[in-house]
Amino acid sequence: MALAAIKNVTGCGVYVAGDDIDTDRIIPARFMKCVTFDGLGQYAFYDVRFNEDGSARPHVLNDARFAGANILVANRNFGCGSSREHAPQALAKAGFKAIVAEGYAEIFFGNSTTLGLPCVTLSADDLRRLSARIEEAPQTLITVDLEAGTVTAGADLVLPLSMKPAARDALVAGSWDPIAQLLEGKDAIEQTALRLPYLGF
Amino acid sequence: MGKSLFQKVWERHTVRALPGGPVQLFIGAHLIHEVTSPQAFGMLRDLGLRVLRPDRTFATVDHIVPTDRQPRPYEDDLAEGMMVALEKACDEFGIRFFSPDSGKQGIVHVIGPELGITQPGMTIACGDSHTSTHGAFGAIAFGIGTTQVRDVLATQTLALAPLKVRRIEVNGKLGHGVYAKDIILHIIRTLGVNGGTGYAYEFAGSAIEALSMEERMTVCNMSIEGGARVGYVNPDEKTFAFLKGREFAPDEQAWQRALAYWKDIASDADASYDDVVEIAAADIAPTVTWGVNPGQAVAVTETIPRVGDGKDAAESASIREALEYMQLEGGAPIKGTKVDVCFVGSCTNGRLSDFREVARLIKGRHVASGVRALAVPGSQDVARAAIAEGLDRIFTEAGWEWREAGCSMCLAMNPDKLVGAQLCASSSNRNFKGRQGSTTGRTVLMSPVMVAAAAIEGRIADARETFAL
Repeated sequence: MALAAIKNVTGCGVYVAGDDIDTDRIIPARFMKCVTFDGLGQYAFYDVRFNEDGSARPHVLNDARFAGANILVANRNFGCGSSREHAPQALAKAGFKAIVAEGYAEIFFGNSTTLGLPCVTLSADDLRRLSARIEEAPQTLITVDLEAGTVTAGADLVLPLSMKPAARDALVAGSWDPIAQLLEGKDAIEQTALRLPYLGF
Repeated sequence: MGKSLFQKVWERHTVRALPGGPVQLFIGAHLIHEVTSPQAFGMLRDLGLRVLRPDRTFATVDHIVPTDRQPRPYEDDLAEGMMVALEKACDEFGIRFFSPDSGKQGIVHVIGPELGITQPGMTIACGDSHTSTHGAFGAIAFGIGTTQVRDVLATQTLALAPLKVRRIEVNGKLGHGVYAKDIILHIIRTLGVNGGTGYAYEFAGSAIEALSMEERMTVCNMSIEGGARVGYVNPDEKTFAFLKGREFAPDEQAWQRALAYWKDIASDADASYDDVVEIAAADIAPTVTWGVNPGQAVAVTETIPRVGDGKDAAESASIREALEYMQLEGGAPIKGTKVDVCFVGSCTNGRLSDFREVARLIKGRHVASGVRALAVPGSQDVARAAIAEGLDRIFTEAGWEWREAGCSMCLAMNPDKLVGAQLCASSSNRNFKGRQGSTTGRTVLMSPVMVAAAAIEGRIADARETFAL
């Protein structure tokens, strides 16, 4: 299965402020009553974007200035809570191609990487610079460059990003979905099973 | 230098190194449920793959099942569709399905241990973040995403990077009215909701050793709420005694071999850790949340934080946001906050010992007027055992609804939901905004006994006073 190499992502950004944005916020549980991930995009951040009657609430994701943004900018511990892959799936299907934050919950980070959705980290100061730039000039083109290890915004703002090397390498090499590698280990899987005492109990 | 249980289990299950740092890790038991597996089976079919080890794959249904009455088809078409998808997949791939008809259905993290599937020294994976629960037995158990569910179905392995290990020692004796739930809420409050990122938590110390297996499950269950994907307790005689005779536990013939492996896999006395944290059991009080994540918690005797109490601007902003959502006032006591709904259940606190302890205390004490109280067993087995002891009658006579097994009001994927801005005293694990099914609903996490006290008083109460503990 050939996967695209994800070396960089360019587009406009939208800043969703706040620490500890949890997976229930990203995709409320009631929208997980489904047997495919198709169609989840419209429900991303639904309960903070819409009232119960479906009318729009004032929220940055409803702000026309940020329409079409494909880089989500967030703060600390983004994606905490549930292991639901529905969360990164909803963001990807809503059009996001990369996330830039101060930090991520671990399961969310892994789920996103496996979908080819890079989650890169900036220092708190740099995140503040980036989010300020987005608010001042929403049309600023941002590039998340995994190879160069930078997030650039416009001509002058160049910020060093960090990312777990294994995730970065997998995205850049186009091996972010591990299934092919795992299947290649077939014989070694059998050998491992044979040396686990409990499979024989 | 010795090794921790985590290191030993990791080494035993490593199939091979993968490029860039992760390893291919063998998964000894794969638990699946209806929410996070249908898409994975779809991916498997798209790739033309089969389930490699149906004998090591175990399915049940928990999130979407109604808990009032459960005739099929379910009234909710979407829930029915998920159930049908799981039934079909189990049939197609030859997977054991503990359906409601089997009498063995329940929340996946309740039935795994109950059936003896969960064992020491095993790796376990499930598309559910509370999989860490199984660590109570000295298993290394991971919550995984749906694409990873596909990986385990197809290869019985995962690509995972190793974790660091933090030993959290809780020493001394818990006070009266202080339970396992308070230990874990206290730990999360102390170390933060992301304090465990990158770590496995090894829970140890005399207060942890003194816990029953069910209480250890409560502690391990909420590891992820502290950011730790994995939490575990070293296996001991209580672990072995719990497993003996259970359906999937080793039989008489294999028992001695099993014991040898289980004892060998425990952390060595001279194991090295990446971090050690010590907590005095005596410092832990009945703990309740006041905010919108499980780390926003205080002792029931304390006051709610003020916006200005944040250690930086970001924390102050979080406090402000939480207080607004919760409609609580900074500086006010949390005790006395009016409650609308009380819920005892979930994979955190829906086991027999939880219902026994609450029943012992509520006998003859009625739920306050205007309060709706639900008791929802974590599994059909828990329900049967509770009914056999007459616990259901104690609950119903005290004004509680006694329900069928399921996830119920923990997460709003079934008909049990809060309405409007109702405030729920809940024995579950997450107090995120909207978690219990109303976009303005409010959750206050606490131990089952504290939920019971709130039900009787109609307000958040100190169970030590309500029940003279």
